[in-house]
Amino acid sequence: MSKQINVALIGNPNTGKTSVFNALTGLNQKVGNYPGITVEKKEGVCKLPRGVKAHIIDLPGTYSLNASSLDENVVIELLLNKNDKDFPDLAVVVSDVENLKRNLLLFTQIKDLEIPTILVINMADRMAYKGISLDLEYLQEHLKTKIALVSTRKNQGIERLKSLISNYKDLSISHNIDLTEIDKDYFKNLQNTFPNQLIYKLWLVITQDVNFGKTDRNEIDAVANFKTKSKSDLKRLQQKETIKRYQFINDVLKKGQTIDAAQAKDLRMKIDRIITHQVWGYVIFFIILLTIFQAIYDWSSIPMDFIDTTFASLSEWTKNQLPQGTFTSLLAEGIIPGLGGIVIFIPQIAFLFLFISVLEESGYMSRVVFLMDRIMRRFGLSGKSIVPLISGTACAIPAIMATRNIENWKERLITILVTPFITCSARLPVYLIIISLVIPEGRFIGLGYQALTLMLLYLIGFGAAVSSAYLLNKVLKIKSKAFFVVEMPNYKLPLLKNVAITVLEKTKSFVFGAGKIILAISIVLWFLASFGPGDDFKNAEEITFKEYASQNISQEEFQQKVASHKLEHSFIGITGRAIEPAIRPLGYDWKIGIAIVSSFAAREVFVGTLATIYSVGSDEEETIKNRMAGEVNPILGGPLFNFASGISLLLFYAFAMQCMSTLAIVKRETNSWKWPILQLTIMTLFAYIVALIAFQLLK
Amino acid sequence: MEDTLANIKRGERCIITDVSSIHIPLKLLEMGCLPGNYVELVQVAPFHDPMYLNINGTHLAIRKETAMHILIKK
Repeated sequence: MSKQINVALIGNPNTGKTSVFNALTGLNQKVGNYPGITVEKKEGVCKLPRGVKAHIIDLPGTYSLNASSLDENVVIELLLNKNDKDFPDLAVVVSDVENLKRNLLLFTQIKDLEIPTILVINMADRMAYKGISLDLEYLQEHLKTKIALVSTRKNQGIERLKSLISNYKDLSISHNIDLTEIDKDYFKNLQNTFPNQLIYKLWLVITQDVNFGKTDRNEIDAVANFKTKSKSDLKRLQQKETIKRYQFINDVLKKGQTIDAAQAKDLRMKIDRIITHQVWGYVIFFIILLTIFQAIYDWSSIPMDFIDTTFASLSEWTKNQLPQGTFTSLLAEGIIPGLGGIVIFIPQIAFLFLFISVLEESGYMSRVVFLMDRIMRRFGLSGKSIVPLISGTACAIPAIMATRNIENWKERLITILVTPFITCSARLPVYLIIISLVIPEGRFIGLGYQALTLMLLYLIGFGAAVSSAYLLNKVLKIKSKAFFVVEMPNYKLPLLKNVAITVLEKTKSFVFGAGKIILAISIVLWFLASFGPGDDFKNAEEITFKEYASQNISQEEFQQKVASHKLEHSFIGITGRAIEPAIRPLGYDWKIGIAIVSSFAAREVFVGTLATIYSVGSDEEETIKNRMAGEVNPILGGPLFNFASGISLLLFYAFAMQCMSTLAIVKRETNSWKWPILQLTIMTLFAYIVALIAFQLLK
Repeated sequence: MEDTLANIKRGERCIITDVSSIHIPLKLLEMGCLPGNYVELVQVAPFHDPMYLNINGTHLAIRKETAMHILIKK
């Protein structure tokens, strides 16, 4: 087997690094996580001439090797760790032709690590538009590198890049900068103490708060303790270092790059006068939001209905085709509906990520962050939290996945923790049926009471999210640098290929990540509802037959009575009875208890479970509603679903954490069970208390 | 006339004279916020915060609290 070349793709954010990665690897890529942290790890394979393969890692975008976020830590950890299996044979630094000066800063840092480095100057198609011309020979000579002028949009320069990669052994590894010039005494002393180490590597270890993996640990610890300067002195040195790098870059670019200002056009400034305007900016944002809502609610309901009916009939078909038995039942009532429960989220997730990736690729998202930052900051959130909070009205799962854009870990964690309060689409069926039962149909200044209640519930959800963010911000003691610097990149037309790959990747990671857990839980639920201890469950048919022998009921009705009896004495039914004392003060009976327990798999199960319990054959809303309206409270008398218990239920569903899939995703995104368990306990406890107070006050 | 960046007005083009390295994240320096470079205000959000700036050709937004630690002259 021929040796693989390890290539690290490095670059500033917004340089089109991912486009270069996609151009090199096509669909030969996989997305995972770095062990122990939730930073995405993108890898791919690129076929080079003569049968050589390049293993390419798309490292998180970073402005420099001085890390300020988890994502950026990944970059230096890899570059400093020669024993890592992914340690690059060469680095490809991707830069944007319009921001060459700033992009070269990172390039000079990588060069100082003596890693063979290729410079990609991307977005070459914009050179004429911006009046930029480059003297590539001069730049290659003075930057001591090979340059590939690339345009992923026009598909130019990729072949040259590939041939440069396969000839990486010709690349120079000499420095651009002499670090010792910044402070001769200090750096000479450092080098003399650790004569076998690279000076820049030593310097990075001293200045970074990074956990440097397992390699040459002892030596590195010793370096980190080389503290002959105070923190502020070190920072001053870093500033000097940065100035020095820019001096070098300015000198090189003075000859290597000419910008004809007369030819340069700046559309960005003109667009941003409107897009980020104090009034129009918000109006435009609002219109875009409405469109996204529309798509997620309306457009995705068509494929979702289709999926729903397909899986229902598939389940029916399985039941009819296979011989009766436990296996068939498991397949038809456990596995198939479980799979359906995963697949049904795909349209919403795909739509959401389609919009998010278009907004990001185009550069608009940074403007939203700019517009919303001040408002969100009051609640311990960041401008960047707005995207997940909006997405949460569709479904908390993709919303929590969307928090990855927030670099500040504390702000990201708070956003993850409060997003489930937002009224998601799964709460809607529960709200609708209860509202129609307990809220009168009257009108208040032209608006129906029922519609107002629904709107109020949305506001309550948003209010709960924002106020718990405020509290979490006060309570959580997490050290994370809270500064806020957002680049406003140039507007770009999104590349179809990039958008498609993002949508595909995110959807896939949902289906295989959370999907496994949803499936497992549906199987457990099926088991709990299909089996029960004792004779009551085993002899359900006989008992029901005796009970209804005198009455004239149809075969179909009889079967439903049997199912209802079985459910009552199944494990889940017993659970419902067991928790009845706890939920009675909230105004619920054991049947609602079962519905609540099964709702912990997913809220929308509530209506279906009640339908089964009340042995109503069809899921039609009217029928269940009538049946529910007729239920009598066993203790207090009067209708079970009255204003007090209805409001109590609504509030319980508004606050309780009843979604296994969300918990699974939170576990995956935070890499710890601590946060999902905390969410489950606190939200549910809060829901219980609020529902209790509401019922006791209103009854 | 010296002033802090928090007080820059739209359309003005100023030169950065000093940055307080203790209060300013290194990242901002690395993005070009260094003495000698020019800075221009593109847009402000309500309450003058955050501020959308063009520093040495890099377009970025920072919070007002950060801008207060950067000195400029006209």
